[in-house]
Amino acid sequence: MEAPCENCDQNRRHFLKEAGAIAISGVAVAVPAAAGLAVFLDPLRRRSGPSELVRVASLESLPKDGSPKQFSIVADRTDAWNRYASVPVGAVYLRRAGDKVEALNVVCPHAGCFVNYLSDRKQFLCPCHNSLFALDGSLANLKSPSARAMDALEVELRNGTEIWVRFQNFQTGKPEKIPAA
Amino acid sequence: MKAVVAWLDERTGCKKLVHEALYENVPGGARWRYVWGSTLLFTFAVQVITGIFLWMAYSPSSQTAWESVFFIQYQMTGGWLLRGLHHFTAQAMNVLLVLHLLQVVIDGAYKAPREVNFWFGLLLLLLVLGLSLTGYLLPWDQKGLAATKVSTNLIAVAPVFGTFLQKLIVGGPEYGHHTLTRFFALHAGVLPGMVIALIFGHVYLFRKHGITAKRPLRRPDAAFWPDQVFRDAVACLAVLAAVLGLILAPHWLNPSAPLGAELGAPADPSQPFSAARPEWYFLFLFQFLKYFPGTSEIWGAIVIPTFLLLLVFLLPVFARWKSGHRFNLAFLFALLGGAILLTFEAMREDRADLNFQAAIASTKWQAERVKELAASPNGIPIIGAVALLREDPLTQGPLLFAKHCASCHRFGGTDALGAIPKDPPAASDLKNFASRQWLAGLLDPARIQTVHYFGATKFKEGKMARFVTKKVAAFGPAEKEKLGKAIAAVSAQAQLKGQRAADAADAPTIEAGQKIIREELNCTDCHSFLMPDENATAPDLTGYGSEDWVVRFISNPAADEFYGSRNDRMPAFGKDKILDEKSIRLLSNWLRGEWYEPKEAADSKLATALPKNPALNE
Repeated sequence: MEAPCENCDQNRRHFLKEAGAIAISGVAVAVPAAAGLAVFLDPLRRRSGPSELVRVASLESLPKDGSPKQFSIVADRTDAWNRYASVPVGAVYLRRAGDKVEALNVVCPHAGCFVNYLSDRKQFLCPCHNSLFALDGSLANLKSPSARAMDALEVELRNGTEIWVRFQNFQTGKPEKIPAA
Repeated sequence: MKAVVAWLDERTGCKKLVHEALYENVPGGARWRYVWGSTLLFTFAVQVITGIFLWMAYSPSSQTAWESVFFIQYQMTGGWLLRGLHHFTAQAMNVLLVLHLLQVVIDGAYKAPREVNFWFGLLLLLLVLGLSLTGYLLPWDQKGLAATKVSTNLIAVAPVFGTFLQKLIVGGPEYGHHTLTRFFALHAGVLPGMVIALIFGHVYLFRKHGITAKRPLRRPDAAFWPDQVFRDAVACLAVLAAVLGLILAPHWLNPSAPLGAELGAPADPSQPFSAARPEWYFLFLFQFLKYFPGTSEIWGAIVIPTFLLLLVFLLPVFARWKSGHRFNLAFLFALLGGAILLTFEAMREDRADLNFQAAIASTKWQAERVKELAASPNGIPIIGAVALLREDPLTQGPLLFAKHCASCHRFGGTDALGAIPKDPPAASDLKNFASRQWLAGLLDPARIQTVHYFGATKFKEGKMARFVTKKVAAFGPAEKEKLGKAIAAVSAQAQLKGQRAADAADAPTIEAGQKIIREELNCTDCHSFLMPDENATAPDLTGYGSEDWVVRFISNPAADEFYGSRNDRMPAFGKDKILDEKSIRLLSNWLRGEWYEPKEAADSKLATALPKNPALNE
């Protein structure tokens, strides 16, 4: 049996007012918050451009014994509203491997520190968390915190002496080599 | 849910707090006239929300402030809306403050025992004005800097500590990085912090004393929630709608108008800015100052405004007197009416002031031009966007020409800024200089001796003029065709941007013309052309009208390669250090039509094709 509804009308009006007050103030605050969020999320739609081959060094500058040497990568860079022409954007280790040249990004795939080359041990050691890599960039110690080998980069030898590298950074901390956006 | 609320309530007493907040008694029930305080709270919340997001993209330094605001406005998703909301809500806040003050005084809510709360409110009003003043500078555009210079210079008028205070606020003797860091710290930290503290005090005291109900009570008492909250929410939404209208309406009415808040050209402390005006709600103070000549400025800038403000603070005291309330109402309305009158007078004077209107048109043109340059593929140089205008031939060319060249030359009949100089021209009109069309006029027997070319110079009766008026005048059709080819060949030396397509298409004609110049028209009897000739007596036609040729010519027209000792009155601008190399190069590029133009105006974010420099039109 239903209870007689004395204030039904009043209750309904009361409820509509409450719902209306909440909805309207919600909209009023949501608009500026949404505009702010759109701007806040803007970085997500920005991507670094496709990496191009850049000339890094000449073959003669590499040690004959196959030990690696570090070179800066000079390229154009965009930082929000500024464009910089020909500035250092990263670095690579280059070394002779037979009649080819191998390039490794100096960035440790674990957490992004720059790895050092230990010439006495012929290994790469990351100064941050002691990841250890062999001369070809592979993990030299399976206890290394790094989940993958150092990132090899595409190399092209032009005119028999110019070393061109497609410089690229990859997401750190992952077992796969995924290009950093 | 209930359990969670109960758990939390036991530890914080939040239920009681919410209850107190929502079930405040409203004597006589909810009314629309009580909404003003809530709308102010809402606008402040909008400013905090939008301000924090703007903060994440803003960079306060004189090389990055304008640049980061440009980036927000034109490059970031929704940036125009965010900045528009912040800009126009600030204006809405100033209007709402006045409405709130009026409502409080009309309803007598300022009288005992609510004096302290009234004073809190007035302090909040001053803080919000401070927020407006500091925020106006942050985009570091011309008008922001100009307005800030004025307001901070007024501080220096204050006795004893004035100059110290000014230096402290500006962050040094000059306007720059530290002016911005200081204003930003005030705008985003100190002032909002004080506002928040005062709002707490204001609301606390308001709750303590309760609403000053409008008598007679029309209905039974009701709780704040939901009736009054509903009305407040609707009012807040109306404020937001008005702000959105201000952002969108100009663009709807005129699609070429910018969306959202205006961004002027970047501030250049070294340049005069004759379009300097404060934001509209400070115009009455600006106008008021005009009535205080010379050393009496301190009266208009500080003494009288402070005295009037003091009187407003004393309204609750006056209210104790018989008819005090009526006096207060009359005083407040007189004050408001005076401010409105002054504002209108300021606007009226500006409308009637042609120089001001010209300055506004010129500053608007510069603002559009710099945005076009900033959106170019080269981006903004590290020294800041201000360099874009300083190094833009289209911006600087007309200014340099009017100042240094227009006393003798003309550009399309004017001084290149639209004015016609008083003295008649004494040298050629350089519009389209070195183009085929210009050269055709020079080689036209009917035109070479007019003021447009050599008419007002000593070359009017010179060898060239004689060649044109005698020999060219007698040319038959075949020779005229040859002359046309020769003209194309000389003009091609200029490598004019506007003629690039024609030059490329007419390569064979130009090659033929080069031969005609040397072998048939005998131009090389006097001029050298494409090969050095020590015996040449007239200006070198090799590279004629090219960037370097024009630079060298302006630098020293009396050099052997040009007029030598037969130079007329033209000064050696470079040799005699009248202009630096950079300015001469700007002039050269401007005369030759060589400046950056966006590839496709429709493609750019600005979406609007830049109108011509108003200076060039009038």
